[in-house]
Amino acid sequence: MQVLRPGPILVALAAAVSIFATSCEKKTAAGSTSGDAGARSDAHAGEIVFGEVSSLTGQEATFGASTHNGIMLAVKEINEAGGIDGKKVRVITYDDQGKPTEAAAATTRLIVQDKVHMVIGEVASSRSLAMAPIAQSNKVPMLSPASTNPRVTEGKDYVFRICFVDPFQGTVMAKFARETLKIDKVAVLRDVRNDYSVGLANYFVESFGKLGGTIVLDQSYSAGDIDFKAQLTSIRAAAPQAIYVPGYYTDVALVARQARELGIQVPLLGGDGWDSSKLYEIAGDALEGSYFSNHYSLDNPDPRIKSFLEKYEAAFGQASDAMSALAYDAVMIAAQAVKTAGSTDGAKLRDALAATKDFEGVTGSITIDSDRNAVKPAVVLSIKGRKPVYAATVDP
Amino acid sequence: MTELAQHLINGLSLGSVYALIALGYTLVYGVLQLINFAHAEVFMLGSFAGFYSARWLPMFREEPRFLAILAVAMAACAVVGLAIERVAYRPLRGKPRLNALITAIGVSMLIQSVGQLPFFMGPSPQFFPSLLADGQLLDLGGVSLRKLQAVTFVSAVVLMVGLHRLIFHTRLGTAMRAVSFDARTAALMGIHPDRVIAFTFVLGSALAAAAGILVGMSYPRIEPTMGVMLGLKAFVAAVLGGIGNVKGAMAGGILIGLVEALVVGYGTSSYRDAVAFGILILVLVIKPSGLFGRAVTEKV
Repeated sequence: MQVLRPGPILVALAAAVSIFATSCEKKTAAGSTSGDAGARSDAHAGEIVFGEVSSLTGQEATFGASTHNGIMLAVKEINEAGGIDGKKVRVITYDDQGKPTEAAAATTRLIVQDKVHMVIGEVASSRSLAMAPIAQSNKVPMLSPASTNPRVTEGKDYVFRICFVDPFQGTVMAKFARETLKIDKVAVLRDVRNDYSVGLANYFVESFGKLGGTIVLDQSYSAGDIDFKAQLTSIRAAAPQAIYVPGYYTDVALVARQARELGIQVPLLGGDGWDSSKLYEIAGDALEGSYFSNHYSLDNPDPRIKSFLEKYEAAFGQASDAMSALAYDAVMIAAQAVKTAGSTDGAKLRDALAATKDFEGVTGSITIDSDRNAVKPAVVLSIKGRKPVYAATVDP
Repeated sequence: MTELAQHLINGLSLGSVYALIALGYTLVYGVLQLINFAHAEVFMLGSFAGFYSARWLPMFREEPRFLAILAVAMAACAVVGLAIERVAYRPLRGKPRLNALITAIGVSMLIQSVGQLPFFMGPSPQFFPSLLADGQLLDLGGVSLRKLQAVTFVSAVVLMVGLHRLIFHTRLGTAMRAVSFDARTAALMGIHPDRVIAFTFVLGSALAAAAGILVGMSYPRIEPTMGVMLGLKAFVAAVLGGIGNVKGAMAGGILIGLVEALVVGYGTSSYRDAVAFGILILVLVIKPSGLFGRAVTEKV
């Protein structure tokens, strides 16, 4: 044999890549799993079982970790107060590594094998979109705490969410940019591999145009990229007054740094995907004066929010973000639905969830509308001194 | 014009990173005909070695501290590379090549997954500290060249030239080339192929560590999965230049960096990765030996 004949080895590369795509799933089950067969409602006598699918590892790991903390805090409180009608709540958690395929596999497992009464998850819309059809076809209610893409709940009467949707969130930022910041020209930098980011960018572009603004350039990147200088160089040449980057925090932080390195001084605008303490750590001062829309604000004086933040900090030793607050509310709403339904039957739970009205949660008053989305106001936060500071509330 | 100049600078600095990683692929391939997929993970570990040593090393003068951290990370990765070779690849020598390739993928995924456990690096991205003060080095009518970009480019070129000299102008390099040419005959000439191969891994891994630190400084978000995409791109660069060829890896890396910058600048940014991997397919179809590789007839 002799050197320089890469052919056959490279063929195997194709196989390698496909192995990467389907690597095995990691599990972290909280509590033991009962292996009973039979009807869902009989499978877990004397307890209520929720299934959680979260990105505990991977790119958006803080989303998963925050969600998991929020869920655990809520479950602990419910159980300490005696459970739901005397039944304790148990949560089975699977990690999806931030991959839609893993999220789908985890959902199937939760429903078919673990026979959970309700599925709670995901944060990322791309993962929720993979999970929703499975919950729907098995007639098990699914409650997403934070997926804002409209298609998550569209046409699926077992799928609910307790946050606002992207058309609203995109409009909020377009309105804020146009009316409060008085900006005419915006460039968009979207993550093409991410349903959430693409959706949000589309709604922003549409509303911003309607309000009389101009989109000077629409660029894209792929989640996980580390170099955005090429896109930003083109954006610099287009001279916008702000850049809309509706991505997730890890990418946004690098985008911000590189924008400043290229001498772009205009503010960046974004959505709830920015909300993570890692954003400020990685971006440093690069995001000073930038704005993003979010589900709630930490510096809200409401006593309910204050007490939640204190409990959260005492339990986990870190400040809560929107994801944990939404997850907390999701479990509380799920528990309320179980209570009103008086049963763990899927159809009854669904009806109870659909009837949620004026639920006073940490993230605001939540009413589920006929499209199974929550109707609630959004806040715009500005970044000052590496912290999000309340800037405005925009009502639906 | 300003825009084009800026794109070229961006492309060069990204390309030099690809080139550094590509060197590791090409070195091992040149000697063993093995595509060492775990190389991307060694690169990632290099970043983290820099991250942790920066935490423990007290602040003193910036430049010597940077060099010290670089040395620590390169040493740590050399040990990791050596261990991977000893544990995973050496037992498979003499077996079909596909076995070693699949093992390489396994090692790569193992390091990635173990790295994501909270006990090791943890799943969430970490912030890589700035080891050297960054700032504007040049500003020519709106074309910005950052200090770190220059440092990355210069370090990459220095390491590549050093590597080239080592391979072509030292006894050890001659031994590497001899093993690459024909391991059995080389052994008859008094060369220990195992030792030479181990040394190749040490060298490749140390280069990966250097790349890891340079990437960490310019793009300060490091995470256990950071090697995947960069590793694949570097692999494309190695194939483009002619895998097994050191000069080819350098040229391939810089070419891929430039192509990406120009595709995003003047084409559509969503096709960036597609173009990079499209190049891989084109090279394999049209000129499988790459830009610098020579076609060698197979002797049986």
